[in-house]
Amino acid sequence: MSSKAIIPCLDIRNRRVVSGISFGDLQDVGDPLELALQYEREGADELILLDISPAERGDSFCDLVRQIAEEISIPITVGGGITSCNDIEERLVAGADKVSIGTAAVLQPELIQEGARLFGSASLMAAVDVRFHPQEKDWFVYIYGGRQATSWRVVDWAIQLAEYGAGVILLTSVDRDGHQEGYDLELINNVSEALRIPVIASGGAGTLDHFTTLFTKTRAFAALAASVFHFGSLSIPHLKQSLSESGVPIRATF
Amino acid sequence: MIAVISDPSEGVSVIGKRLEKLQVPYIETCDPDQIRHASGIILSCSGNFGQKMRFLSQHQLTHVIKEEAIKGKPLLGINLGMQLLFTSSDEDGYHQGLNLLAGHVQPYKGKDYDIHLGWHRLRFTQMDPLTWGLEEQEVYFAHRFAVQVANPEDLLGRTDGDPPVVAIVGRNNIYGIQFCVEKSGSLGLKLLQRFVHQCKLRMDV
Repeated sequence: MSSKAIIPCLDIRNRRVVSGISFGDLQDVGDPLELALQYEREGADELILLDISPAERGDSFCDLVRQIAEEISIPITVGGGITSCNDIEERLVAGADKVSIGTAAVLQPELIQEGARLFGSASLMAAVDVRFHPQEKDWFVYIYGGRQATSWRVVDWAIQLAEYGAGVILLTSVDRDGHQEGYDLELINNVSEALRIPVIASGGAGTLDHFTTLFTKTRAFAALAASVFHFGSLSIPHLKQSLSESGVPIRATF
Repeated sequence: MIAVISDPSEGVSVIGKRLEKLQVPYIETCDPDQIRHASGIILSCSGNFGQKMRFLSQHQLTHVIKEEAIKGKPLLGINLGMQLLFTSSDEDGYHQGLNLLAGHVQPYKGKDYDIHLGWHRLRFTQMDPLTWGLEEQEVYFAHRFAVQVANPEDLLGRTDGDPPVVAIVGRNNIYGIQFCVEKSGSLGLKLLQRFVHQCKLRMDV
């Protein structure tokens, strides 16, 4: 069995790490390279770097990816603004291990198919943002940073993505994102039990218990979190040690 | 000087950066002559088996790599680079590999997943100068196809997964590592260092 991974996520806007709630209200957190180095030292198993700059994406972000990839020796996934195979290639060449594709996967699914063929499924993470629709009693896929609904039900879409060749799913509950009230366990179970590829849980981490529950009550492959790490309410060494003591298989770094 | 086989259009490789950290002279190249003059060869890549084999033959590298390896020059294949050392692969149709080691590459079918991702604990299966005395730590894998070795004696390390995955192979001067050496923390760097040492030893003979 693989070790359950702890993955800090750095939302990067104009070369600064920022943090927000339900994809809004941004706050400055720090320098991306410094934070990446700090999280690696503390025992993070992977990093996700998301470019959320409003425009002018590309070159300067790829430079940053290159700098970080040269300095740290854990895997990096890079997302934000990827709309073509050329964009995927640029980020992989810059040193990303995987790229994360969200909105573009919905708008042009052939990007996942073509990307999987050219670069391999192991390089392709599909980011799925969802909100719960109480009247439908189901989660629906959202695009454009959680702002626009689609008609896709989450399980249907996730199965589709796996068929297209996505290697891993990053599943974010937009409802929970930044609220620190816990992961949406039912959502994560529904999706991970329908798939033969790993699911990374995202949205809602606030306490140590949230991580323990996630790994003992669901098949989540990894836990993504941002604000709990950025603002120091939870330290990675303490988190990993506690998880390990609870019997969760964790890569020993503490 | 170690030759890191790479497509110059692809920019600087992370493996190169790790060699820099270890203060090992290296050159990123796809020039057959430079590869012939190197003390060792590293073939580190990811992506698609058939496409990489085409890249190697387009640059007249297939013969050079095989000749040099058969002459005894240390060769290290990493990630897809390890798979290329074997006889053949079923990735995206049937493709022939370098056939320096006997075995076939097939889709990975795990207990939970059809892709082998993430940190897995390494188990060394026999003594070898590459791994001797190193601690068995977790290392990072990212691949959808896995090697089935035809000669069990070529296996140097595997995961303790279900089923176990071939992680390190070796026969004489030819080595392969399936996991991402450059992303596997200190153990990754130590293995790279051991390989470099093998290259130096051979130069001294």
